[in-house]
Formats: sequence, C-alpha cells, structure tokens
Amino acid sequence: MKISDLLTETYRALSANKARSGLTILGIVIGIASVIAMIAIGQGASATIQSSIQGLGSNLLTIVPGSLQPGRGFVSSGRGAATTLKNDDVEAVRQIEGVAGISAELQRRFQIISSAGNNTNSTVIGTLPDYAPVRNAAVAEGSFITDAHVRSLSRVAVLGPTAARDLFGEDDPLGKTIRINKINFKVIGLLATKGSSGFFNPDDTIFVPLSAMQKVLAGADYLSTIAISVQSKDMMPQVQDEATTALAARHRVDPANADFSVVSQADILGTLTQVTTTFTIFLASIAGISLLVGGIGIMNMMLTTVTERTREIGLRKAIGAKKRDISMQFLAEAVTLTFIGGVAGVAMGWIISYAVTYFAGIATSVSLASVALAFGVSAAIGIIFGYYPARRAAGLNPIEALRYE
Amino acid sequence: MISCRNIVKTYINGDTQTTVLKDVFFDIAGGEFVAIMGPSGSGKSTLMHILGCLDTPSSGTYILDRHDVSAYSDDELADIRIKKIGFVFQAFNLLPRSSVIRNVTLPLVYAGVPGSAREKRGMTALAQAAFPEAFQGHLSNQLSGGMMQRVAIARALVNNPSIILADEPTGNLDTKTGEIVLATFQRLHRDHGRTIILITHEPYVAEHAERIIHIRDGSIVTDERNSRRRIIQRDPTP
Repeated sequence: MKISDLLTETYRALSANKARSGLTILGIVIGIASVIAMIAIGQGASATIQSSIQGLGSNLLTIVPGSLQPGRGFVSSGRGAATTLKNDDVEAVRQIEGVAGISAELQRRFQIISSAGNNTNSTVIGTLPDYAPVRNAAVAEGSFITDAHVRSLSRVAVLGPTAARDLFGEDDPLGKTIRINKINFKVIGLLATKGSSGFFNPDDTIFVPLSAMQKVLAGADYLSTIAISVQSKDMMPQVQDEATTALAARHRVDPANADFSVVSQADILGTLTQVTTTFTIFLASIAGISLLVGGIGIMNMMLTTVTERTREIGLRKAIGAKKRDISMQFLAEAVTLTFIGGVAGVAMGWIISYAVTYFAGIATSVSLASVALAFGVSAAIGIIFGYYPARRAAGLNPIEALRYE
Repeated sequence: MISCRNIVKTYINGDTQTTVLKDVFFDIAGGEFVAIMGPSGSGKSTLMHILGCLDTPSSGTYILDRHDVSAYSDDELADIRIKKIGFVFQAFNLLPRSSVIRNVTLPLVYAGVPGSAREKRGMTALAQAAFPEAFQGHLSNQLSGGMMQRVAIARALVNNPSIILADEPTGNLDTKTGEIVLATFQRLHRDHGRTIILITHEPYVAEHAERIIHIRDGSIVTDERNSRRRIIQRDPTP
C-alpha cells in the first residue's frame, strides 16, 4: 500500500464521521494546549524571578544571622530573634580582598506619619552610604545618606517611591518632615523605582542612617543584614569562603555550623529556581493528565471504529490486504488525529499564553522545547493509543470478520 | 488449475473435535464453470474458504495454479488472494458511501497498481460486468441490489484473477435480479473464458453451471456434468 493511498484512505475514514473525529481531536487539543500554556506560565514565572534577583545586584553576597539548614532554603532563614551580627563584623569583612562595597543594615517595621497627615506602615532600614551602590539603588531627587549623617546620628530619611506616594501623595517630599515611631526625621532624598522582587518591595522602604536606627529608633546594637558587593563574579566563591572564615573566627564558632550565613545570589536563585521548577512540573503534570485523557479518547474512538468496520476489514483482507496494510491504515488514522490535535493545540496554547500575559499580567514564555515536547508527546500518544486498536483490526480473521453482524 | 487432494478440515473447540470436511478430492480445470452445492452445514462454506485461500486445510493438499498453498502463512495467503482470486459475496460487501469506481479499484490499491492505471482497469472490469455507464456517478449506497452485485463482480474481475469465487451471489436478490447476475457469470465464462466457482444451496442456481459438485456432511456425494443446464442466451436488460 502506497503512502498516497494510505493518506487517501485516512482522509476518507476520518471525514466519514466528522463530528466524532472533531471531538476526539478536541481532547488532544485541550491536552496539548494546557501543557504548553502551563509550561509557559511556569517558565515565565521563573524568568521573572531570575531577572528580579539579578536586579538586586549581580555580584551580591548577603550575610544574615542564624544558620541556613541545608535543603530548607533561603526563605526559612534569618529569623528576627538572632542578634549575632554586630557592627564590628562589618569592619572585619571590609578587610577581605575583592570586596567592592559593604552595606550594613538593620531593618524594622514602623508606623510612619508625614507632615501632610498621612500614615503608613513601612519597612525602615538603617544603613550606610554604601547601600546605594551595593544594592543598585538610584537616587532620583536629593541625596542619599552620607558618612556625616551616620557619624552625627542625623535624623534624616530617604524615601522609596511607594512610601513617598503613600505619605505625601503627589507633593514633593524633599525637605518635609516625617515621624517614625514618634521621632521627627527630615526627608533629604527620593529613590528611583526599582520594582518588586517577590515577597519584598524595595520601593516601599524608608532609609535612615544606621546609627540613628540602632540608637534612636530600635535601641539595638546588632544588624539584620550585611550586604557585600564583590568586585567580579569570579571572586564570589573566594569572598564567600573568606567572609565565612573571618566571621566564624570572630564569633568563635565552627564555620560548618555558624550562627550566621553567607548567601550568594546563586544560592537564592537556586532555591527559587527549585521552587519554580517544582511549580512548573506540578502544573505540567496536571495538564499532562488531560493529555492522557485525550489519548484515551483516541483509543476509544479507534476501538469503536474497528468494531464498526469489522466487515470492511474482512473484505479488505479477503481481497488481499496484508496484516501490515490494515494495521498501518488504523495507525495512520490515530496518528493523523493526534497530529491535527497537536498543531491546533500548540496554536491554542500559544494564544492562551498571550492571553494570560495580556489579561492577567503574568509573564509567560513559550519555548521551542515545550512545542517540540508537545509534538513528540502527541505523536507518541497517537502511536501508543492507536497501536492496540490497529493490532486488533489487523488480527481479525477475514472469515469471521465477513460474517460479523 | 485447482487440485484438492484428500482435504480434511477439523475444528477443535475445547474437548470436542468437529470434522467439517472429510477427504475431499477433486480437480477443476481452467475455464470451467462449477457449482458447489449442498445444504447448510454440509461444509461447502468451509470448502469455499479453503478454495479462496482464506483458510488452510488441516490435512491434504490444495494446489492452486501450481502453488501448494496448504501451509501458507496469513500474509502469503493474502498475496495469493490478490493475484489469483476474485470474491463475490452474498452481502455484496461494498465500501459504504463510496463511488462505484473506488469500490471496483480497491483490490488494485493492495496489489500496488499505480494510480494512473487503476481507473482504466476499473472501467474495463465494469464493462465486463455489464454495469451501465449511467450509474457510474452513483455512490454505493444509492444502488439497487442487482447493481451492487455487478459492482462486486467488477471488483472481483479487476485484478484479472485465475478464479472467481461466488458465495451465494443471488442470496440477497429477487429471482429476476438473480437471473441477471447468473447470466453475467455465464457470459464471463463463455465470452471471456473465466473460471467460475459458484457456491449455493439452491439447485435452481446450481443448474446454471456446467458441472455440479454435490456435497453433504463434509463429503462429495456426486460430481457430474450438468445435464439440465440452464443457458441464458443474452444478458436480460437490467
């Protein structure tokens, strides 16, 4: 039997019952489209997280108090009660070769009232002038905290754009006064928008000198974070190791079980990538179930077709069709159904991904790999779920098939 | 053309063994028109399946055109069927909702005949089966029983087989239409020298053949020239 004959026979057989073929194809379309859309959403989420982590500063090491337990990841770390990082630790770390800048931070949430009468509950970070270069923070108006401010415990504040809007609306906040925990601070600068990074919104933050934070607002002598920017990416592991050793020696603890953790961007990225990968696999496997159901639909239709066409199969065998001719014919029908379903499904998955981005604002990315995967899977489904009915048809005894009522 | 030597066919169903054909022995020469007649349960259908290479005997040899097909595999039998045998069935067995020409040329698809040659051979076969040209545009389900059987005869002729095997070809037709179909077989035999084997339970139908093999309970009872042969001189108009 020639390929052209096979295609003609397949076309005739499938177009003989268009509604049934269409509905069976629909099952595959939905399956493939959901796999493509779900993978696109998962990969889009992963790409968004990666770019926002990179936005935090690409050569950044973060030292947080408390120990990170292996496998529990970054998110569970840094419980507020740990008070093991001190100001002296900053100077120790600054000595390490390869450190470009260092930002010591103490972070608290406070109720803040503006002179305009608005109030908000925001994160207040007490920090050093190096915060801006280390954390990629750009000043839009006014100036950032200076060394002089830190030395003199100045009550000055720099506002993130969201915090500024919450407190002063459309008014220019420069030179105005805000009350943090009932203490007056003068606004000296305004930061540029940076965008949210997951759980933490750096725009909804107010910065004050570290000394003012520790002595005036919090009444504490410890730090919540030390951020280090490293001169180049290659030096990251080395600086990470040296910082760990130096601090462990200062704290007189075993580096393997320290009371602090030095975390690189790669660590954070790794943890979050793990989360998004799990999330993607979860979504894709739910979508995969619908693809499987679509495949069962194909098998169901093919089995019905074989039963309905038993006499025809008997006749074809009587006039000389070989087993292979018959099984190829039914296999071709099943594969054609899934192939059409696959093409339509890829198109539909693509449209769904765009619709999700357009209407829900969730970034999606349809990768060529997921399209190839969907095609491969749909072809495999056609062959797997078409094989059994085709074999059943080919194995029919022509004498019994011709007598079949 | 055909030699059956001591053909036995036994079916085993659990513990019971049923012998359907017992030591069947006969020859059919090229160009003969033979009727195999017997009541239902006589084993004539089983014999037809063996002659048509749809089944193989349990013992004995069946030689078709110098091929000993007694022990052929399914696919080898299929190959023989393409080349040597044209079937005409009681129930016509046409492809539903398909054109006349597609039905007729279906065996050529499996015989590997190129598409361009198929239609020509189909038209020749239709002409031999006396299928009126006016009906050629119809679909198979729009035809009357007699017309459907003519399409089936053309389909049996299209691959130019050694023998035509007709299994109760008039069983689903009224007497007048049946007569037309039988006349077609007689004409194919007389004018085109076709070897035709007609399987039937009706003596009236069998009397159209030259030779009648009478079979009962799996054995040949009589095998003789047909003395009361009905000859239809011309195809009656359909």
